[in-house]
Amino acid sequence: MFKLFSSAPVHDPIGKQKPIDEIKKTTCYMCACRCGIRAHLREGELVYIDGNPDHPLNKGVICAKGSAGIMKQKSPARITQPLLRKAGSDRGEGAFEPISWERVFEILSERLGKIRATDPKKFALFTGRDQMQALTGLFARQFGTPNYAAHGGFCSVNMAAGMIYTIGGSFWEFGGPDLERAKLFIMIGTAEDHHSNPMKIALSKFKRAGGRFISINPVRTGYSAIADEWIPIKPGTDGALFMALMHELIRKEKFDAPFLQRYSNSGQLVCLDTGPEEGLFLYDPDSEQINLDLPHNKYVWDEKTNSARPCFEAGVSPALKGEYIMGPGPHAGKKVAPAFELLRRQVADTTPEWAASITGISAERIRQLANEMAHAAFEQAFELPIQWTDVWGVEHDKVIGRPVAFHAMRGLSAHSNGFQTTRGLAVLMSLLGTIDRPGGFRHKAPYPRQVPPNIKPPSSEADIKPNTPLGKAPLGWPTQPEDLALDNNEQPLRIDKAYSWEHPLAAHGLMHNVITNAVKGDPYTIDTLMIFMANMSWNSTMNTMQVRELLNSKNADGEFKIPFLVVCDAFQSEMVDFADLVLPDTTYLERHDVMSMLDRPISEFEGPVDSVRIPVLPPMGECKPFQEVLVELASRLKLPAFTTADGQRKFTGYTDFITRFETAPDSGIGFLAGWRGKDGEKSLRGEPNANQWQEYADNNCVFQYHMPEEHHYMRNWNRSYLDFAKANAIRQKNDPIMIAVYSDILQKFRLAAQGKRPGRIPPEHLKKRIEKYFDPLPFWYPPLEEEVTDLNTFNLNAITQRPMAMYHSWDSQNAWLRQIHSHNYLFVNTKTATEQGIADGAWIWIESQWGKVKCMARHSEAVDPGTVWTWNAIGKAESAWSLAANADESKKGFLLNHLITEELALGGFTVSNSDPITGQAGWYDVRVKLALADASEPAETWPQVKAFTVPGMPLGKNAKNAGEFE
Amino acid sequence: MKTNKQLALVIDLNVCVGCHACVTSCKEWNTQGSAGPLNDLHAYGENPTGTFFNRVQTYEAGSFPKMETVHFPKSCLHCEDPPCVPVCPTGASYKRAEDGIVLVDYDKCIGCKYCAWACPYGARELDEERQVMTKCTLCVDRIYSETLPESERKPACVLACPTSARIFGDVHDPLSEASIAIKERGGYSLMPEWETRPANQYLPRSIMDTIQAVMDEN
Repeated sequence: MFKLFSSAPVHDPIGKQKPIDEIKKTTCYMCACRCGIRAHLREGELVYIDGNPDHPLNKGVICAKGSAGIMKQKSPARITQPLLRKAGSDRGEGAFEPISWERVFEILSERLGKIRATDPKKFALFTGRDQMQALTGLFARQFGTPNYAAHGGFCSVNMAAGMIYTIGGSFWEFGGPDLERAKLFIMIGTAEDHHSNPMKIALSKFKRAGGRFISINPVRTGYSAIADEWIPIKPGTDGALFMALMHELIRKEKFDAPFLQRYSNSGQLVCLDTGPEEGLFLYDPDSEQINLDLPHNKYVWDEKTNSARPCFEAGVSPALKGEYIMGPGPHAGKKVAPAFELLRRQVADTTPEWAASITGISAERIRQLANEMAHAAFEQAFELPIQWTDVWGVEHDKVIGRPVAFHAMRGLSAHSNGFQTTRGLAVLMSLLGTIDRPGGFRHKAPYPRQVPPNIKPPSSEADIKPNTPLGKAPLGWPTQPEDLALDNNEQPLRIDKAYSWEHPLAAHGLMHNVITNAVKGDPYTIDTLMIFMANMSWNSTMNTMQVRELLNSKNADGEFKIPFLVVCDAFQSEMVDFADLVLPDTTYLERHDVMSMLDRPISEFEGPVDSVRIPVLPPMGECKPFQEVLVELASRLKLPAFTTADGQRKFTGYTDFITRFETAPDSGIGFLAGWRGKDGEKSLRGEPNANQWQEYADNNCVFQYHMPEEHHYMRNWNRSYLDFAKANAIRQKNDPIMIAVYSDILQKFRLAAQGKRPGRIPPEHLKKRIEKYFDPLPFWYPPLEEEVTDLNTFNLNAITQRPMAMYHSWDSQNAWLRQIHSHNYLFVNTKTATEQGIADGAWIWIESQWGKVKCMARHSEAVDPGTVWTWNAIGKAESAWSLAANADESKKGFLLNHLITEELALGGFTVSNSDPITGQAGWYDVRVKLALADASEPAETWPQVKAFTVPGMPLGKNAKNAGEFE
Repeated sequence: MKTNKQLALVIDLNVCVGCHACVTSCKEWNTQGSAGPLNDLHAYGENPTGTFFNRVQTYEAGSFPKMETVHFPKSCLHCEDPPCVPVCPTGASYKRAEDGIVLVDYDKCIGCKYCAWACPYGARELDEERQVMTKCTLCVDRIYSETLPESERKPACVLACPTSARIFGDVHDPLSEASIAIKERGGYSLMPEWETRPANQYLPRSIMDTIQAVMDEN
């Protein structure tokens, strides 16, 4: 009793918990960053997750989502049994019965087998996560269907394509800013969710070293909070800013001329004569093509000899301005200009004053920004004493650093002008001479790749045959109209119309069009749609409510217009309700997985890095990893890559497949680059090693290849690196990757539209569109939606982003993360709001010409007055993700997607609300107006949508106290 | 209360991007540790709320376009003169002599919340399930652990933070990383007028301006 009155504590703050008895290493999955993590177990129960200090990507740090991984594991929204919709019930009613996996495989092999034997394109496979395309894409190709893509067409294909068609690489997994050596860092249109932990680590070090960080964004949140300067900009106008910056740099001759002359096509001669060669490069029949797909035998105008010379001739000094007449030879008399001259003309009128009226940034600030960039690039240039030899045999004893670095993401991409805007940024970066140089932009393996990579999608009906793998990969990079995916009647081959004249360079497909097109039967109907981890009936779609109706629409005979819908997910998302067949995926802690060089690995600047996941816990219930499902299905369907020569099953399962699959017989190239060879002694290329998984498990689940210093920079033109890349199948070829300041590829499409080119031509109604947008040089145009919008009525831009603490729609079922964001507001500039009498927290209606939603407003100074924004994917359907019926996510949360249209009627025809070049969904283009809600209306968001619990969800809504670890 | 050693956190507002890593890594460590479990009320229902020892609030200062967004992590500041200690009727609230960490003895705490009234920083939360007051423990079970590797004997939030915005150390030792950061970067106390002498310090924002050469050229 006296102990109670003593001052000594009774509860011991240090002791008494049982020790952690096991630590397992694996890779996080809470976003696409894929940090290395450690899972701490106590008596077999997962109790703690932290960053792995020995992992090169995150070096021990971990974000809010990664730290909350335990609550993903304990989510009540987990599905644990395969489910079949009860016969006679409607989709979306949630009437399912549990079935066995054997039954699942019977149903799927029978149905898919029939499709494969008759019309393979009736099977469509679309996935949410882009980072497992090596397997999912292989499955689709082997099956023989072109109808495959991940979510890039909805998310940010413009960022990837715009840069890959220019410099052979892009941001995010493909490359990024070298913040270790940069002095000025400009982050544009980047939301809080990219590029995650490595960016946070690098940005912090950059700031501490005295770097200057500028953020250009309509909104100031997340990273932008620690920017030294925030430059607000009107959404969709970044392209105008880039044009003006280029105008300034060129006007003041502040660009890296030697870099452009040697490493880009700026000096190469473009034909100016009207006709089939107009706007294309001229080719020298006496010079080597080197690369038959994208020949290099072009000309430059040599200033020394005042004549046209082969572009790779030693000692030439290519002119970057002027018009010339070709001398004697195969092109005698033709009028030509260096590509850079045409860029000069393109930016002649795009002054800072012009851009100021479009972007809302003052002309003076734009001029000063150009000066700052030039100052960092040229006055603060430095050298690294690294010896390297370029692909033309010239030895260099140093690498020049131009310490101005950039990062950009969806803010540029998710607009119908995103491709040309991104091209504008890539060309701007090239003018500054910062491509694959220290302090600037640096590629990450397998990039840099050819501009663009030499992979073509199916281009005719002949590429699609019953019981036969596709003639070509389902996704690729067209370089001419003949590469488009069109059937014999010039109609799209793909259900999403990717690679058609409506979206020729649709490198990532158009996931957002699939359901609508399939239901409309335009271009055709399909039989089975299989969706993996994609919430296509909710936040991964435009015009959500209509898509939900379409999923249930039936023919006159009572059959669903999409006859069979298979959904694979670990959690009961809004999509699951609509499935006919539900496949329960495992969580990331319960499976094997690979982050492969064949897809999007986690490479560093200094070399390829790939990694794996290995199970930390056994699967819950009947959950089966999706990859195992695919390997099993592929084996049962006897797809050739999964079947031996004598017709037997080749792989026992996913791990065996990963170990022993090779891209070609004995190529030595497989999914994982580490510990190849009989004894694991080879890297990147080598015979399969049965022990490979164990090696990864013993090495923090990661393999890092350290390239010699000679290979760290200038890789587009670095001879030894290019040879290394080819030898290890990182690239097909070892020719130089010339920066395409001028894109003759785009010009070919323009010529086809103008009727100046033999070969495939677009349909009449699309000619003007293609002629306009396929400009071989970057340019800015207002988002297409503005053409059909009354901009005075709908006076505000509406955009979304994801917060750092949540990723896509699937963190609301995480008990901890949802306490950070349980619902969302529409953020409105305070002045804009008060002018309309909208108080902080007031219920309002946001309306576009396509739809309306009701939500609460939040005043903010951190947003441009002409823009409103909210967090994407926090609003949920009622009861979705196993949340209570009155959960904040459904009652106070909302989706902006309801306001966005899938289609636009432009110039007399209807087309997808997308970028006309890539098909990227233009979901940041929407224009809205605000109005106060009436006081008599219910204080909840609108529309309200219901979702359902399905059988086999073990934790249910009775989980009161999450996080108990007794 | 004078102590020789005063462990504390130094939080760098110049690099905090508001990612909330410190929030959930703290929650997950402490919920499985001796300070836990940390309650969640209505975990999957309306108005979810729960016990967190560390929270990040985001503020806006100024008005568009001359405004700052500030991400502000806040947890118990382990004051040198903590008002939460003398007000506690049972003596559950105490400051350790050996390292200056302020803790709650759960076995004595009766959940009267007097300490929460006394704390000017709002650092104390009642755990609804256990009906005791809770707060940051500076991961005392990590720093004195005999099983964790030495480099990991730090608070979970410090190891998690992706921008290294949290520095841990003895603010009475002038040579510690924490003390040096405070000195070099002008670390400051929150609300010094309350005379609590918080041990945790904040490092202010510093802006890298456009250099003069560029301004002149314009």
